[in-house]
Amino acid sequence: MADAKVIPFDDDRSSRAGALPRAPRRRTAGSRRKGEPAIVREVQALPKRSFGQDDVPVTHEQPETPERRGRPQEGGLERRIAGGLSFLRKRLTGDYEIDDFGYDAELTDQVLMSLLRPVFEKYFRVEVKGIENVPSEGGALIVANHSGTLPLDGLMMQVAVHDHHPADRHLRLLAADLVFVLPVVNELARKLGHTLACTEDAERLLAQGELVGVMPEGFKGVGKPFSERYKLQRFGRGGFVSTALRQGTPIVPCSIVGAEEIYPMIGNAKTLARLLGFPYFPITPTFPWLGPLGAVPLPTKWTIQFGEPIPTDGYPPEAADDPMLMFNLTDQVREQIQHTLYKLLVQRRSVFF
Amino acid sequence: MGKVVLVTGVARRLGGRFVRRIQRDPQVERVIAVDAVPPEHHLGGADFVQADIRQPTIGRVLAEHEVDTVVHMDVTGTPLGSGSRATVKETNVIGTMQLLGACQKSPAVKRLVVKSSTNVYGSAPRDPAVFTETTPPKSLPSGGFAKDTVEVEGYVRGFARRRPDVAVCVLRFANILGPSADSPLASYFSMPVLLTVLGYDPRLQFAHEDDVIEVLRIASHEPERGTLNSGTFNVAGDGVLLLSQCARRLGRPTVPLLMPAVSWLGSAVRTLGVTDFSPEQLRLLTHGRVVATNQMRETLGYQPKYTTAETFADFVRSRGPGLLPPEALAGAVDRFAALPALGGGHPPTQSAN
Repeated sequence: MADAKVIPFDDDRSSRAGALPRAPRRRTAGSRRKGEPAIVREVQALPKRSFGQDDVPVTHEQPETPERRGRPQEGGLERRIAGGLSFLRKRLTGDYEIDDFGYDAELTDQVLMSLLRPVFEKYFRVEVKGIENVPSEGGALIVANHSGTLPLDGLMMQVAVHDHHPADRHLRLLAADLVFVLPVVNELARKLGHTLACTEDAERLLAQGELVGVMPEGFKGVGKPFSERYKLQRFGRGGFVSTALRQGTPIVPCSIVGAEEIYPMIGNAKTLARLLGFPYFPITPTFPWLGPLGAVPLPTKWTIQFGEPIPTDGYPPEAADDPMLMFNLTDQVREQIQHTLYKLLVQRRSVFF
Repeated sequence: MGKVVLVTGVARRLGGRFVRRIQRDPQVERVIAVDAVPPEHHLGGADFVQADIRQPTIGRVLAEHEVDTVVHMDVTGTPLGSGSRATVKETNVIGTMQLLGACQKSPAVKRLVVKSSTNVYGSAPRDPAVFTETTPPKSLPSGGFAKDTVEVEGYVRGFARRRPDVAVCVLRFANILGPSADSPLASYFSMPVLLTVLGYDPRLQFAHEDDVIEVLRIASHEPERGTLNSGTFNVAGDGVLLLSQCARRLGRPTVPLLMPAVSWLGSAVRTLGVTDFSPEQLRLLTHGRVVATNQMRETLGYQPKYTTAETFADFVRSRGPGLLPPEALAGAVDRFAALPALGGGHPPTQSAN
């Protein structure tokens, strides 16, 4: 515990950021970005960190606020109903837009995020730190650790960016191919804006200036036994680094604490997994013994910390084909995530609070 | 000296339209229209030659008329009238071989345009979200029209190697739709109730007939300044529609069924001859397919007039309303929206969802 206090850099900054009372950004159908201007002002008030933040979209939202505050409760309800009905109308007539990857922004904002938000806010009580490290515009690759048997950490990271980022950005996650094989799951994943973790898709998204989230540990990370919690696995073959290098987009390391304990995996039924075609079949103290009840994750307390971005635009174009540089950068990202994980673990009071 | 254009597959509507259109171009002197059966539609002033491209006679036709541009449109998925799948395959593959053999022998041929399809990419969950012309398919189509196109393109590549003096253009069209389209997907969308695969919502892309004709025209003339019309190009309208969106815009109810049930019912429907529900179409309706069209815009220099959504809207207009017309549904929602305003009090919000 005492160690954490001595770490000279970043420590009090991040805890200050965490101590900020962030008004949750709830979205209702008709009125988006309710409490947002307030958040933005808080972030900007902090010294040293206003660099990418004095950004255009903030200003023209100010005049909206007083008008909405003056509105009585009844009007809000009516507006919500009207918004819901116009949403329903668009859905029933198929009159909405999706992008080439199948990302349905409207459905994500209005339905899927509101379903994930209670899990994010009430169940895991996720604390988001360092969101200002995520650039407000242009492409960036967010690299995070992966854990928890089921990839809930990816979804929570998406909610974190969606609800907490002042520039209203959307995270596009790269998912394993298993996601796109499973029925229903693949449909939802596409609509949430996820796509297959392959170089082509990642480069296309980054070139479009999107925020791309990747968890390079893959199944090795998400399916590791409980005894190896918070030990980062190998970061794939470092493909994410060469992708970022090719596009010249910064890499934002992200450390997620709390996801490791949601399903303490004490065993792996390998034969069953092979039969079902899954990479692993988890056995936890409750699953599969308690059936569906055992599949309820433990209500741990989470922290998601976005770290300082690592720029990649200073390298020559042929750098993406330099294996040594790639390994070095991969290690740098991995070290930074691991270091932040240890720091957050030391600061954590308990697993559940 | 004008050009002599030979067009195969003119008994189909698209071929007929292309023949009528290309005659109006000033640089074209004569159009030779070839098919095994006489077309039902008129061909303008084109010379119709009844010849089966599976027979060596096609070589004589080429020599006799001193053809310098060959537009091969007889690569199709469905039989014309009453024909079996075996005949279609033979026309596609053997016909292409014969035609290419004849072209290779003929010194007059300067240009070859082949109508292919984006079917060559297959549809698999492990594929990248967007195919470019150079993306190798992860799983090659195992049979049917998709395999035919793969083989046809293979022979065309071989021809291009042997006759480097001939400009070869392979056009991979997305699903062709339009008021008079008779593609397999058009007949699928004409079913009163659409069978879909439970848990999958594929992304689809369409090419409008008018755009198809224009692209074929550009490819069969000398390239414009600053463009290049030999090579392989994806042709599709901008944007993407989900199958569920298509069904709602069309106003036809969907029946989601489990995968085995769909393939069983599909083969039953196919036997009855209602629509072509081939395995590769089933795969398209499961995993979808989206292609990148940058090459078409930048190299071929063509901007499609219709987006995917506009193409589909045009198709919907030509088909008449389904069982659940979108206007009726929108009207129902609007009437419901008007209810609480009239009655006041607490509107039943729950039923809206």
